[in-house]
Amino acid sequence: MTLSTLLTIAVPEIIILIAAMSVLLLGVFYKNTTSLFGITQLTLLIAAYFTAQLPIDVKLTAFNEMFIADSLSMFLKLLSYFALSLVLIYSRSFLQSRNLHNGEFYALTLFALLGINLIISSYHLLSLYMGLELLSLSLYTLVAFDRNRPEATEAAMKYFVLGAVASGFLLYGFSILYGITGSLQIAEISSRLADTSINPVVISFALVFVVVGIAFKFGAAPFQLWVPDVYQGSATPITMFISSVPKFASVAMLIRLLFQGLDHMVLDWQAMLLIMAIVSMLFGNITAIAQTKIKRLLAYSAISHVGFMFLGLATGTITGIASALMYIAVYVVMTLASFGLIIHLSNQGKELDQITDFSGLGKQKPWSAFLLLLIFLSLAGIPPTIGFYAKFSIIQATIQFGWIWPAVIAVMSALIGIFYYLRIIKVAYFDEPGKNLNQVSKSSNNELSVTLSINTISLLIIGLFPSSLMDIATLTSALIF
Amino acid sequence: MTGILSLAIWTPIVLGIILLLVQNKLSTTLTYRLGNLFGFISFLVTLPLYIYFDKGFSGFQFQEIYPWINHFSINYHLGLDGISLPLVLLTSFISWLVIFISSNSIDRAIGFYISAFLILSGLMIGVFLALDAILYYVFWEAMLIPMFLLIGIWGGPNRVYATIKFFLYTVLGSLLMLVAFIYLYNQTASFAILDFYTKPLSLNIQVLIFLAFFMAFAVKIPMWPVHTWLPDAHVEAPTGGSVILAAIMLKLGGYSFIRFAMPISPDALIFLKPFLIGLSLIAIVYIAFVAIVQTDMKKLIAYSSISHMGFVTLGLFILNPLGFEGGYVQMISHGFISAALFFAIGVLYDRMHSRNISDYRGVINSMPIFGSFFVLFAMANSGLPGTSGFVGEFLVILGAMQDHFWIAFFASLTLIFGATYSLWLVKRIIFGEVKNKKIATLKDLNGKEFFVMSVLALMTLAIGIYPALITDITNQSSQMMLGLIQQSKIL
Repeated sequence: MTLSTLLTIAVPEIIILIAAMSVLLLGVFYKNTTSLFGITQLTLLIAAYFTAQLPIDVKLTAFNEMFIADSLSMFLKLLSYFALSLVLIYSRSFLQSRNLHNGEFYALTLFALLGINLIISSYHLLSLYMGLELLSLSLYTLVAFDRNRPEATEAAMKYFVLGAVASGFLLYGFSILYGITGSLQIAEISSRLADTSINPVVISFALVFVVVGIAFKFGAAPFQLWVPDVYQGSATPITMFISSVPKFASVAMLIRLLFQGLDHMVLDWQAMLLIMAIVSMLFGNITAIAQTKIKRLLAYSAISHVGFMFLGLATGTITGIASALMYIAVYVVMTLASFGLIIHLSNQGKELDQITDFSGLGKQKPWSAFLLLLIFLSLAGIPPTIGFYAKFSIIQATIQFGWIWPAVIAVMSALIGIFYYLRIIKVAYFDEPGKNLNQVSKSSNNELSVTLSINTISLLIIGLFPSSLMDIATLTSALIF
Repeated sequence: MTGILSLAIWTPIVLGIILLLVQNKLSTTLTYRLGNLFGFISFLVTLPLYIYFDKGFSGFQFQEIYPWINHFSINYHLGLDGISLPLVLLTSFISWLVIFISSNSIDRAIGFYISAFLILSGLMIGVFLALDAILYYVFWEAMLIPMFLLIGIWGGPNRVYATIKFFLYTVLGSLLMLVAFIYLYNQTASFAILDFYTKPLSLNIQVLIFLAFFMAFAVKIPMWPVHTWLPDAHVEAPTGGSVILAAIMLKLGGYSFIRFAMPISPDALIFLKPFLIGLSLIAIVYIAFVAIVQTDMKKLIAYSSISHMGFVTLGLFILNPLGFEGGYVQMISHGFISAALFFAIGVLYDRMHSRNISDYRGVINSMPIFGSFFVLFAMANSGLPGTSGFVGEFLVILGAMQDHFWIAFFASLTLIFGATYSLWLVKRIIFGEVKNKKIATLKDLNGKEFFVMSVLALMTLAIGIYPALITDITNQSSQMMLGLIQQSKIL
């Protein structure tokens, strides 16, 4: 394979790397942060262009099969660029108003994106780990970014310690796998594990460590402890970033490791994923009821959504992957909209923190209230919003696999979820206006509110015509193997 | 004639959205007038369904089918038969009346209020016309959103509790129904309701599916013991919300039993018949007692609705033609009578701002026209011959008698209890000495109220005197449905 073909496969990553370093450098000398915003957005656009140039139906590998470009990588990378682009649009005015808008923010998000891309495209345990650490270190720094707030430092510390432990678990699992199979390349691991003479106890040992590491990165119960604190402690744009784009890397990591590497162990990890799915759904939804802070509530809701996605993946089928891919795409769009709304209402001055801060939104800002209604109905999975079809495809995959009772548990936990989402709608529409809403700005940023409106209305429009999204997810998952 | 079903669904929804968008720029009066016009147009577009309906044809008419979500072979599939036609007309008609009279009692955000009703009416018509399970489900769930807001924004003091309870109860059932739909999809590779009808299933599976449907529809109708959301929702809802709840939303449950639960799992229905009839009889007798002791007018009518819906379920589950026909006529008749009673309570509430029965006495002295209407509807509610209330109850009791004497015996007790709570209510509110000055100075019905009351009275009497108005339409379709129910689906 010539160098030029190698480079074609990895060209989006190379572009992101160059851009990240240039932004870091430019940020030092050049105080015009608006142009850094422009450069980052342009980078995303160029990277998306080159990613889309790759063939979807052929698996291309590079660098001694450490790096792979296939349908999954294309799907997840394009979504990552899109999500990051939205995050940047939402964040800008918020960061500006708090004196946080500087070059490092863009450099760090680009480095995180590079890590995400690397994880998505890794076909080797080392490149995967490298991507993971690049992503994690950028995220730790981003959480601590707002360094004058003690909560942010505390959250970063918690995230760092627990994240390091999880990385350790993952590494330990990797080393056992290497010990058993003598390889770190995912396809080779899979073919060597087919050998029945290997002691199954040792493989299960490795498997448990790997699954724990993945579950931690996802924030699935019972490895969810970091999620609420990090969500609450970080500045809202950072929370928005953490809750959205890295999820694509996590899902890629799970599919690469479990479906492609440890595919012979499907019966073992299936049970683990199923249990974590059910625990996450119930724990996330039940605990969310007791929350009074909006970001904490969204954190617990994130745990329950991860549970839903795990349920689809636990089936171990192509349909299951398709439903999970659909779910993650929908979930990220919904999450972006929800944090976008918080940022939109928090511009200038006081940030909306408590759920009760939304009271009277329906009277004061009918359009924002309507967007809130759509977002939370979509998160709750009420048709005709897209959130319904995401849950629908998961439940369809579960029942198709023959799991009726897990499906029933899933819908019951969704019912619990509806309760606390409705409470937010109730606060916004039925309660009398409080003081906090009066203080927040009238001078909202135009580009932000237009983006937010389009983002939210798309939840409804795609919800009315979900066919193409489902087709893309199905095509992607069918081409993975 | 294809397209008239879509027109019936989407006209109110689109007009509702238009009204929502323009309401800020219009004065209150103008908004009301425009909304009223939109409501009337939405009613008019359902009339062709009746005019062009072929009564001799038992299948689905005016069918429209377009692919919607190819991936799961979900289609936008609509169709109309004798079971859905009267309910569609009832929906568009009552929705218009609700909008027509809204200017009397709603003092804020009337544009929003009317558009919520328009959208709600379109969605409910969608439920009655959908022939694809997922399309049906989307309408069914989407309908909750405007109702949730209607009760929550314009409701009484305890509205938040009531509206969240209403939402959660309904969703609990419908999520299980969704699981049943997806299970059936995996069996038949289709979400078409007609394919579900012909799929053989073992008795165990049928029972599970039936119970999943039962959770959804029994909550909606509502049957005892999952009825507790209804009195709360009714009491807290604004007049229009109560009317729509009683007149149409409850019928969605009955309709869905006929459309889904009964033909898809007929053997489970026969298997569970004693249980279902038991629940219906409890609703009829026990809830009637509960109704007697209420001190709040709206609550009393709400419990009376549950008791009457017990008659509907009894008629449907007794599984013979007389009972089925009776249960169906009872649904339509209750649609008019309960709407009228809630309108009447709204009339009193607008003037006195109280729903306590003890705050009223001798209303007839200052409001003779209103009093006459109220007596008529109370009589119809207790099943006076000549009113529509009699036809349904009488047919159901006849059907029950064919099945078993004691079922008929308990069912017919309602003629006594129904008369007790209805007439006692009349006695306490309408007749007697004038209680206080406020009542002495009450103004009688205004033009709008008089119009609403008289058309409802007209319908009640028309169905009572000539029930063939309904049964002619439903005859063919109900025979087909009964045929489906009587065929065993166990292989």
